[in-house]
Order: sequence, then C-alpha cells, then structure tokens
Amino acid sequence: MRNPQLNAHGELTHLLTLEGLPADVIRHILDTAEPFASIGEREVKKVPLLRGKAVFNLFFENSTRTRTTFEIAAKRLSADVINLNIGASSTSKGETLLDTVDNLVAMNADMFVVRHSQSGAPHLIAAHLNAHARTHVHVVNAGDGRHAHPTQGLLDLYTIRHFKGDFGNLRVAVVGDVLHSRVARSLIHGLTTLGTPEVRVIGPRTLLPTRVESLGVTVFNDMRDGLAGCDVVVMLRLQSERMKGALLPSAGEYFKHYGLTPDKLAVAKPDVIVMHPGPMNRGVEIDSAVADGARSVILPQVTFGIAVRMAVMSIIAANQGPPRR
Amino acid sequence: MKIEIRNGRLVDPAQGIDRVASLFVAAGKVAAVGGAPPGFVASRVVDAAGLVVCPGLIDVAARLREPGLEHKATLESEVGAAIAGGVTSLACPPDTDPPLDEPGLVEMLKHRARSLNLAHVYPVGALTVGLGGTTLTEMGELAEAGCVAFSQGDAPLVDTQVLLRAMQYAATFGHRVWLRPQDPHLARAGVAHDGEVATRLGLPAIPVAAETIALATIFALVRETGVNVHLCRLSSAEGVAMVRAAKRDGLPVTCDVAIHHLHLCDVDIGWFDAQAHLVPPLRGTRDRDALRAAVADGTIDVVCSDHTPVDDDGKLVPFGEAEAGATGLELLLPLTLKWAAEMRVGLSDALLKITSAPARLLGIPAGTLAPGRVADVCVFDPAAHWVVGPRTLRSQGRNTPFLGLEVPGRVRHTLVNGVVASVSPLTSDAE
Repeated sequence: MRNPQLNAHGELTHLLTLEGLPADVIRHILDTAEPFASIGEREVKKVPLLRGKAVFNLFFENSTRTRTTFEIAAKRLSADVINLNIGASSTSKGETLLDTVDNLVAMNADMFVVRHSQSGAPHLIAAHLNAHARTHVHVVNAGDGRHAHPTQGLLDLYTIRHFKGDFGNLRVAVVGDVLHSRVARSLIHGLTTLGTPEVRVIGPRTLLPTRVESLGVTVFNDMRDGLAGCDVVVMLRLQSERMKGALLPSAGEYFKHYGLTPDKLAVAKPDVIVMHPGPMNRGVEIDSAVADGARSVILPQVTFGIAVRMAVMSIIAANQGPPRR
Repeated sequence: MKIEIRNGRLVDPAQGIDRVASLFVAAGKVAAVGGAPPGFVASRVVDAAGLVVCPGLIDVAARLREPGLEHKATLESEVGAAIAGGVTSLACPPDTDPPLDEPGLVEMLKHRARSLNLAHVYPVGALTVGLGGTTLTEMGELAEAGCVAFSQGDAPLVDTQVLLRAMQYAATFGHRVWLRPQDPHLARAGVAHDGEVATRLGLPAIPVAAETIALATIFALVRETGVNVHLCRLSSAEGVAMVRAAKRDGLPVTCDVAIHHLHLCDVDIGWFDAQAHLVPPLRGTRDRDALRAAVADGTIDVVCSDHTPVDDDGKLVPFGEAEAGATGLELLLPLTLKWAAEMRVGLSDALLKITSAPARLLGIPAGTLAPGRVADVCVFDPAAHWVVGPRTLRSQGRNTPFLGLEVPGRVRHTLVNGVVASVSPLTSDAE
C-alpha cells in the first residue's frame, strides 16, 4: 500500500503522517498558517475558504482538546462542522469503520477529521476513498494509535519556528513515553525532514521503542545528559494507565528521573523553550514551576494549533485529483 | 481407468528420479514409470511434453474453516483450491469452531472430505480440550479417528506443566506433537515484528525472544520426554539457529516454514497493508534470508502454505484489528518454485520440501511415484507465469500479500487416486 496522501502532482490531498512529506510541503503549511494566526485576534474571526463544506469530526477515541481545536479551525474557515462521537454510536452497533465512512460520504461529507485507537485507521479510510474515486473527500489524521498525530507535529514545528526562527542549528529533546506516543513520532519526522541537526529522545528503556535510533534520533536514558545544551524540550504526556503494567514502578519514581523541574532544565540553554502537547500531568512529567514558568510556550502551542489546522484543512481542500500511482 | 501421462519431465525426489519419462496409472495406483506394463492400454493419454510430472503436493498446514467458519470458506471451496494448486494431501490444524478435540468432529471432517473425492484430508487433533491449554484430549481416540498429530494450532499453551504432561502422554503412545513456538506473554497484543517498521508505524510488537524462549522451553521438554516434536512456522534467524543446534544434538525435532515468510519481511507491511498481517509476524530481511537458507540446507524440513482463507471483512479494517492469515494452497507450488529459482536450488530438491518430506512428517503413504503407490500426481508447466489476483484464485479466501505478483508454475492436471480431479475452470486463466 502506497502512502495515499499525495496526488499525482505531489500535492497534499489527505494529511495522514509527516513521514515522507517533502520539506517544501511542510514549509508551505507552516507559511500558510502564519496569516491565520492573526485571524483569532480579529473582531470577525472568519475567512470563507471552506464555506459550504461539511467537515465531520470522526472521533473513535475520546478527545476534548484536539476535537475542539479542529472544530474552531473549521468554523473559522466557514465550514459546517458535524461532531460524531463514534465510540457511543455505530461501531457499538457493529458497523465497520468503512461502512461508517461510506454512509457519511453519502451525506456529502467533504472532509473527515479522524481519531482512532488503531495505528493506520486514517490510512485505511484514505486508501478506501481513493480506491472508490472519492478523491474530493479528504482525510485529516487527528491521531491514530501510536502512529501519528501530524497536526500536533506541525503545530509543534510552527511553535519552534516562531520562537527559534530556523531548524538548522537546533538541539531538540523529546522526553518521556515515546513508545506509545504518536506526538513524538510525528514531531521527530517533521524535525528531521526540516534539517534539525540533533533530535534526542530521553526516557527509560521501557518507554522507548525498539531501534528508535532508526528514526534519526539519539537516545539518552539520563535526563540531565539528554537536556544538556538543548534549545527545545518537548515533554510527552504520561498516561496513568502506564503505571498499571510493568513499564514503570510509580509516578513518583518517574518524576524523580524524568519529571521536568527547574533544576534539570538548568542544564539546557538559557533561552530554551519548553513544550507539551497537553493535557499535562503536573507533578508526573512536569513541575508546575516549569509549566507556568518563563520558558514555557505551552499555551502559545494551543493558539498556534488552530492556525495550523486551518492551514492544513484549507490546503488539502484545494487539492483534488486522482492519487499518485 | 488407465491413464498414460506421456513424455513429461518426471521428478520424484523420493526415488531420486528426474528424467523425461511416461507415467502409467492403473486402478488408482502407479503402474509403471518409463515403459508401459505388458498389455497396458490407456483409456486416456495426457500429453505432458514440456511439463513437469511430480507426486501430488502435500501441504502440512491448510485451514479449511470447517467446522464452524463456513462463512469464510467451505471444504468444497478449499479442497477445490488444493486441487487447482496441485495439492493432493493436506493436514488441517485443529483451530476450527469447535476445535478438533473429539473423535466425532474428526470423523465428520474425514467423511465430508472423502465424499468430495478430491484431496486427502488429514486432521491434526487438538492437544488440549477446546485448545484451552488445561486438559489433555483423548489422543488415542482421536488418532483412531484419523488424527495424524496433535497441536494447539495458534492457541497458546500457557501452563508449562500441561505442556510437559501433554508431551509425556503423547510420547507414551508414539504420537507426534506439533507446536508453534511463541511465548504467549511476549506476544501479547502484538501484531508486527519488533523492529524498525513497527517502531515507525506505531504497531504493538512481538519480539524475536517470543520465539526463542518458546523454542528453549520446548527443547528442554523434548530432552525430558523424548517426544517427537514438529515445530510449526519458524519466523526468525535466531529460531533457525536454535533448531539447527537442536538437530545437531540429535533431538527428535522437525520444523516447517510458511511460504510467505520465504519471500516477505516486515517492510512489506508498507503503509499498514493488512494483507501482510500474518501469524507469526513477518520479521526482518535478515530473518527472511536465514529462513530461505535454512530450507536449502535442510534445517527446515518442510515448506507449507499456512493456508488461511480470510474474507474481505477480515481485512478491510485497521491493521491491528485485521484477521491474520492469507490464502496459500494455490501459491505453494509457485512460491516454492520462485524460492528455488532465486536460491539456485534444483527442481527435485525444491519439490522434496512439498512432497516426500511432508509425507514423512505426516506418516502417510504418499509423496512418491513409486510403482504400486497411490497415483496422486501433479502435472504443471514450470514455464507458465501467472498473476495472482482474485480471479485467478479458487480459494474462497482471496486475500494474500502476493496479489498482483507474477509467479511461475501453473498446474495443468491433478490426479488423486489415479483419477484426474476436475474443478470448474477459472473465469480468466490468463489474467
């Protein structure tokens, strides 16, 4: 199965992953997001780019933050937004994922924003739409299993570019549960594609996937070693369910080794920025003094997230045509 | 019915025959090779010039989906696929619904297969009741009903003491135990090989240690009990090395590999292609190369199709939710030929892995064209290439990672018990 997100002209028709996306496509999205970032400050927060389009938020997994930001982004583009909490409706009646999609296509859906607990679910939908000549219907991956969360990755890139200007001489550390993190995978692909010279992952070996170096990162098991001289620190959310198995002994021990405190952050560069995809677990992966501190750009990330999602939706909605063969 | 199969390249690995010769069949048996027996008048002559004539193929792992899973495939459809693939004998794993854990089910399956009068079906009985891993089945009764070995299929046997007891009991009566080496704990929830591809795609992974730990356990218990164990579906280079060492130590073990694992690796998952969701998982290129070499050097005794008909509903879901498995009966010969050509293995040595070697494993009087033996014969065109597609497969399961691939070797005739078995023609043989 080919990556079905680019059409024959190399244009983005779905956004499924940042892996394999050309650097100029990523830069184009970030550039497009720039003017959208200021729309939120206007009195009338709307542009008509998606007027008359029906955007379906198809969330097979619970999310408030991401769904809300997608909804705001679509509404600011003047689209009609329909939120479907699928976990509570059709699949529990035994309908398959693709049947749900076909039904919504029959209701003239123009775009699906998909979150699913299974890695690859948005690829399946996009490939299905392409195979059935529904190339005017677009898919945006809003997080699939452990695989990808490309709009989060893009908003992280946007935030880094906003505060650091360029990727060409940055040292970025991604800290925590990389194994289960779609956010980490998307950000790593984006950073390496844009030429970031050093991307580090920091965590205990239970939370780092096998051969993670193959993604182009350097592995650190010690937090202080890993943070030394970093320009950007991205903290990952540690879900409480990870404490139930044998991955970690306790939240307390995790915080001791990998929780971001002012003390640990002191080894990074003085102008380091601290990011977190949210929602944060204060006292588990991040100390409040850092989360609310001067180096934190966690709230700007949220604001930029809307602009980046507007950029993604407006770009793919304008690109149509048969998929790349 | 007297049949002369004339002037084919007759390849019988069991007898070391590889020459152009005619084969004479009478009364369901091989009457002669080379010259016609005195007074032989053929009622049918099959011109095999340019074709290969070999013993009917034997597949040690073909799921027929009966009883219980007839919506995925039926005995008729799958035995028809076997004949189309030149397979005249097959062993089916016990993981049906209900599992083959009592003699009545086995007798029913044998009876259903016999009434079709196509391929010979040899059930592998369940090692534990319901494949539950706690209570031994009545192996004696099951063997009398026709089971050729005992296995857990793909179901885990978590309790090592039950495994030891099962081996001791099987050894008492000389039954052979077939096991797929996989530690159930390390394999829990995994859907792909623990390597770069699973890391990239974020797929829950199964480490190679799941196989090697299970092999170490099995070998220790084989030393303890002396039971004959057949290892099903090796997947890793480390596993191959362990089997090689165990054989060198004289342990009574044999093993097989699925045809998919000789050609594919985890990279073939691509962007979540559910066709490549197999059990055991496709591993790395190094593992694939080790498996390919191990078949050639004899560490791996048998090549099988691991035929598992899966309908589209089972595959048109996200990778991790997809039903594992692929159709394979009709690809056993082509993919074995492809492996042989790529590895520069001779035709006779290649066919041995799917004729006489599996016959010996199953302990059945098949897999050779020696005069007096049952005339199960496969006649194929080694030069004919065809493209694997939904319309070129007869199995009700049309899902395989080889869809769209051009493969060598097209079966022209299949004889079972000295009779040319017929299956309805394909809509498009040339596709």
